[in-house]
Amino acid sequence: MTAPNDRGVVWLGSPAFPEAAREALKDGQLRANLRRATATIRDKRLSVSAELDDWEQLRDAAAAIKQHTARHLDRYLVQLEESVTAAGGTVHWAADAAEANRIVTELVRATGGSDDETREVVKVKSMATQEIGLNEHLAEHGITAYETDLAELIVQLGDDRPSHILVPAIHKNRTEIRDLFAAEMGRHGIAAPEGLTDEPRALAEAARRHLRHKFLSAKVAVSGANFACADTGTVLVVESEGNGRMCLTLPETLITVMGIEKVIPSFADLEVFLQLLPRSSTGERMNPYTSAWSGTTEGDGPSAFHLVLLDNGRTDTLADPVGRQALGCIRCSACLNVCPVFERTGGHAYGSVYPGPIGAVLTPQLVGVDSDTKGAAASLPFASTLCGACYDACPVKINIPEVLTHLRAKVVEAEGGRTVEALAMKAAGKVLDSPRLLTAAQKAAALGGKVLARDGRIGRLPGPLHGWTDSRDTPAPPTESFRSWWRKNREGGTS
Amino acid sequence: MSSREAILARIRAAVADAPAEEPPLPRAYRRSHLAPGADPVGLFAERVADYRATVTRTDPAGLPAALAAALTAHGARRLAVPAGFPAELLPPGAWQWHHEPLTVPELDGLDGSLTLAAVGIAVTGTLVLDAGPGHGRRALSLVPDYHLCVIRAEQIAADVPEALTRLDPARPLTFISGPSATSDIELDRVEGVHGPRTLHVIIVEPREPA
Amino acid sequence: MRIALFLTCFNDTMFPGTGRAVVEVLERLGHTVDFPQEQTCCGQLHFNTGYRPDAVPLVARFARTFADYDAVVTPSASCAGMVKENHPLLAADYAPAGLQREVAELMPRVHEFTEFLTDVLGVTEVGARFPHTVAYHPTCHSLRGLRLGERPYQLLRAVKDLELVEVPAADSCCGFGGTFAVKNADTSAAMLADKADTVRAAGAEVLCAADNSCLLHIGGGLSRQGSPVRTMHLAEILAATEGVAR
Repeated sequence: MTAPNDRGVVWLGSPAFPEAAREALKDGQLRANLRRATATIRDKRLSVSAELDDWEQLRDAAAAIKQHTARHLDRYLVQLEESVTAAGGTVHWAADAAEANRIVTELVRATGGSDDETREVVKVKSMATQEIGLNEHLAEHGITAYETDLAELIVQLGDDRPSHILVPAIHKNRTEIRDLFAAEMGRHGIAAPEGLTDEPRALAEAARRHLRHKFLSAKVAVSGANFACADTGTVLVVESEGNGRMCLTLPETLITVMGIEKVIPSFADLEVFLQLLPRSSTGERMNPYTSAWSGTTEGDGPSAFHLVLLDNGRTDTLADPVGRQALGCIRCSACLNVCPVFERTGGHAYGSVYPGPIGAVLTPQLVGVDSDTKGAAASLPFASTLCGACYDACPVKINIPEVLTHLRAKVVEAEGGRTVEALAMKAAGKVLDSPRLLTAAQKAAALGGKVLARDGRIGRLPGPLHGWTDSRDTPAPPTESFRSWWRKNREGGTS
Repeated sequence: MSSREAILARIRAAVADAPAEEPPLPRAYRRSHLAPGADPVGLFAERVADYRATVTRTDPAGLPAALAAALTAHGARRLAVPAGFPAELLPPGAWQWHHEPLTVPELDGLDGSLTLAAVGIAVTGTLVLDAGPGHGRRALSLVPDYHLCVIRAEQIAADVPEALTRLDPARPLTFISGPSATSDIELDRVEGVHGPRTLHVIIVEPREPA
Repeated sequence: MRIALFLTCFNDTMFPGTGRAVVEVLERLGHTVDFPQEQTCCGQLHFNTGYRPDAVPLVARFARTFADYDAVVTPSASCAGMVKENHPLLAADYAPAGLQREVAELMPRVHEFTEFLTDVLGVTEVGARFPHTVAYHPTCHSLRGLRLGERPYQLLRAVKDLELVEVPAADSCCGFGGTFAVKNADTSAAMLADKADTVRAAGAEVLCAADNSCLLHIGGGLSRQGSPVRTMHLAEILAATEGVAR
């Protein structure tokens, strides 16, 4: 139905993860910024989640609700469509990024305002619209989309890419943000005040002044959705700054683009997610603002509400019984914040709007591992030590390591066993399935070690092992393996 | 085939393994995290204050004076007052009460807004407004930079599950937990971005608290 | 109780001393240990790198080799995790029902070494003396995989004259990750550098863990930096009887 290349998600031309990571690791400032930010949020998340002694039961419930919804997604989407329509909204279905972009563009143009008014939209931070490249598409059609979330504004002003799901500008520190605001705000509207300092409070104030008139004059807003309740048609946006409330309340037309997996069965199910999400994402008992609306309300907020339901590879993901759990993601970013790989490389190395551990399982499933985008996407399941910190942190219990090894097997399968690695693995399998061959290999290793080692340690080596030996010494294999020692010393040692 | 039909067909093919009937979902979590015997109003006051909002506790007789004290402390003179806000609660004094209809630019020119709330949540320190009488439409408590909100003690639910049962999802709902804030700079929370940068909550209890 | 040692191919080849240490501790506690020579590898390398079908013969070999033992003890948390978590999965996907049953029956009898001592034998004091400053690195597979929790610390605290010190941010991964260290060598090296820094900051003479693979990686980094901190498997510390009359 849709070619993976029409789906967006990945940044075309991104190198595979190892190469992208190598570049990122050279940036000492980036690593310092990431270390500081992730350390701050980890401690907060642990302390507020520990306040709830039934945290594990909440996670179990959340996982069960999400998995149940996925298994009956057709039913819940149809129910959502009915309830949103009954409440005065209009529902659109988009098979892929191209269709969603086309729908939104037409809706903006059809808002009936003057030319000036239909040339601008304000946006609430939304992963779905990042994924489909909506801003770029709108720009091609003469419509400027203003990102209003502080971090998204930072990314947009810097002509940069997001590097984190919750805090897209996590790669920048306060001083870098100050410099950017001072240099760029004036070119897009109200300039930063003279003498702007790098105090976060002052930076927030500058963003407030910069965006204020855009909120007050915008006719159309575009948002994502955190949740949509099938039974009531209630859509929710969870946020902190109030930019979401501005966009959801002040313009005449609201267009919400939502991945089909964001539906939950009932309004009552929010009792689970509204406890888990803020504590997992920003480490707060509750985020400052959550807006919930069902269709339109006379005299309050937009008079037109459009809900665009986006597939864009999600049904492909759903077809994989192991991989589909990734669709349960509520975009809290806890997995990014605890990931030791993300902490070192940052998000850009993942080459996708979905970085970090969840990105490593979501991106390859959304775009496929045997498509033209494969170079980068197929490297992502390997961008993990399988340390399991992500699984522990995930409020909806997505077993990310399980999906990672599952996807690794799919990548290997797609390669068709023709790689050098596949041949080596076959050979290793033969040796390891034979105590006799293993013994021979152990003797060979001991001999080889003797040749290579100095003072019992093997240092830097050229060739395929340089990646290992560049940063580590390796002890030379001992001359006698355990099995050989056992044969000599415990002959007949069975009890 | 329309995209709607195509997507639904793809879903049905993808989850052909799903059973039609499923066992009930596990819901072993607590309905409330309020400790047994604990005072929800006290916890609410504490948790709202944790967000660096200001909290005042008073009784019905003390409310006008509490409102006057809050407005004086903040220096707010021109205030938006929603339809349905009880006129008898407005304190006498040099305040200008601006009533609907108010345009957004007019709201933007005011010092603050004064509203009631639908529900409070003790454990999370959250106010919920549902655009009911005395709440105003959503813009009213959003655009001005100062939000003074009055909630009665009996409106405070212990925790999120109970609060949701008290709310009507057909109404536009705004959950407010402290003043506008952001964690976007180095993942450290600072208050004050686009929403009201100052939140003052007045809790009205039946009697003067001990 | 018929106890078999599953040493793992890696320890068999690179760390035979760990195998001897496990045997010594268990014998000191009055048990007899067997090392069935048909054992090789749990298949973790293949499984984690995406070569699942290649791991299946190893699953079958494991089930066959250890079928007759009351307990299979292994001094590797990651291999124990592989066996307990992924052998049933591989059997379900690739093996006939007979093997699935054998794997399922064997699983409850497979134990990581420290868990075997504390939970099966009910022992924390194993008669060891090790008069050194020691730090323990909870490897990811012991911490989040097998949830060994306090067990290794209980065993170490019971060692005579051992001073236990904490590694800052001990729960963060060292960056080994099997083939990750080769495929993503730069990221692995960056994680290693941070881990080596925290280990040095702990001020221990010896760093121990329940996985020699992570220790090989961390120890290799420490050695390259010229650090005097030694790495030792936890079992070797529990086997140590420095100055104890025997």
